[in-house]
Amino acid sequence: MFSGVMANAWAVGTIVGVVSGVVGFFVVLRGASFVAHAVPLSSFAGAAGANLVGADPVLGLAVFAPVAALSIGWLGSRRRRDVVTALVVAAMLGLGALFLSWSTQYSAAVYGLLFGDILGVSDGQLWLTAGLAMAGLVAVALIYRPLLLSSVAPDAAAARGVRIGLVDMLFLVLVALITTMSVPVVGALLMFTLMVGPPAAARSVSRAPAQTMALAVVVALATVWASIAASYLSTWPIGFFVGVIAAAFYLAGRAWSALRR
Amino acid sequence: MTGFFGSGPVHVALAAGAVTAIVSGVVGVFVVVRGQSFAGHALADLSTLGGSGAFLANVNPLWGFVGVGAVIAGAMELFGVQRRRGRDVATGVVLGAVLGLSALLLYFDTTSTSTTGATITVLFGSLFAASPSAVPEMVALAAVGVVALAFVYRPLLLSSVHPELASARGVPVRTIAFGFLVLVGVTVSLTSMVVGTILSPALLIGPAATALRLSKRPPVAMAFSAGIGLVATWSGVALSYASYRWPPAHAGWPISFFIVAIVFLTFLCVEVPGRLRRPSAPEAG
Repeated sequence: MFSGVMANAWAVGTIVGVVSGVVGFFVVLRGASFVAHAVPLSSFAGAAGANLVGADPVLGLAVFAPVAALSIGWLGSRRRRDVVTALVVAAMLGLGALFLSWSTQYSAAVYGLLFGDILGVSDGQLWLTAGLAMAGLVAVALIYRPLLLSSVAPDAAAARGVRIGLVDMLFLVLVALITTMSVPVVGALLMFTLMVGPPAAARSVSRAPAQTMALAVVVALATVWASIAASYLSTWPIGFFVGVIAAAFYLAGRAWSALRR
Repeated sequence: MTGFFGSGPVHVALAAGAVTAIVSGVVGVFVVVRGQSFAGHALADLSTLGGSGAFLANVNPLWGFVGVGAVIAGAMELFGVQRRRGRDVATGVVLGAVLGLSALLLYFDTTSTSTTGATITVLFGSLFAASPSAVPEMVALAAVGVVALAFVYRPLLLSSVHPELASARGVPVRTIAFGFLVLVGVTVSLTSMVVGTILSPALLIGPAATALRLSKRPPVAMAFSAGIGLVATWSGVALSYASYRWPPAHAGWPISFFIVAIVFLTFLCVEVPGRLRRPSAPEAG
């Protein structure tokens, strides 16, 4: 269970868990679940397109994820973003459907991109994921204070000279970046589960930012590790376990905070 | 074009598409006004579960879509979608859990039977594959939806625009919110039959958002919205039919691609000119 291909699966799962815990903390804080759902789903079209022309799917993800994130940012203001998000994701998926209809061999590859294929992680993919994860964590560290302030109190942040629009765009690019790195591993549909479930669970038991973020990382890692093990033992898709375990953590967090009150 | 109007599958596609476009156009206006696009999108994604379950159990996908749509709407209401704060997290968590379940069902679909096309049909839909027998069912369901909407029209509108005023006047805001989510669930089941679960929010939200940019008055916006949806769906059917002669495969481009592309371009045509005139205004929000 820990040798060969599985070693890569554990390593990549750990990286994805850490980064999605950190970025997911801000996703939940900013109420950006829909964007976190939409960007991975949109980037799926890029992977389908790359598949069609014979390029590396990661290349397609790397192009389509930022395009989706930035068009959502440009077309919709932060407060009323949901309509634009829904439309951008639909338009991108429409393209994805078109690309799929052109390609002749799709079913297995599509299923892997949508629902994840953690057992097929190559050494090259592992290094790419690690590099993108480092870039993402450094970016979070660099904009930590303005990002936190503009998420919690946008008006105060603006008064202190934080450029809210710019920080918002940087945040969207960050989501796009970690999407590119995680979709080949956990799949487009469930990438966002990791960005929303564990941080939401962490947030229902803790309020201090640094503490919540650390807790989110721990919960995300627990979710990923348990899912890999369960998926290996049962041969069922990993996406199923990620979704169910993350929701269980969220419910447990809500129950715990309800009992304490 | 005689071939186009003489073809059986085209008749079915045009009829089913029209019914769906009208219902989703009308319901969509409320979804946009209430700021529930994420819920609409999530309900559509989640009815993937119904679709894949129905595939597995070998029943008409329509009933899978409808049944699951109603159950999930209830779960989301229970989780607290009615509060604006925390609403998108609750929607997200339910969405994630149920998507996981759909992944499992689709996995069983592809392993237990040899129909590898199940994933694609459920996710992306195929209007040309709609069976003629489904049309009366879809019409009936659409009629139920429209009648239900007409029944709660005034309290629903009031509680969408002024929730506090509505509850002060004795409108049962939470009951209405739940009923509305069920209605959205039924509507996206219809659109899922037409464009597939993944693309059905486009038909629900796109025409409505465009229409609300054109007119703020709900009845007018609903008429516009239904009209835009109808034009997009029928053009999609026609273009998809014509595309059987197009490269690269001569196998036809997907109907859902055309519908979504038309819907999105219409929205851009209305939205972008205004955005270019006042690029910084929305941030002030």
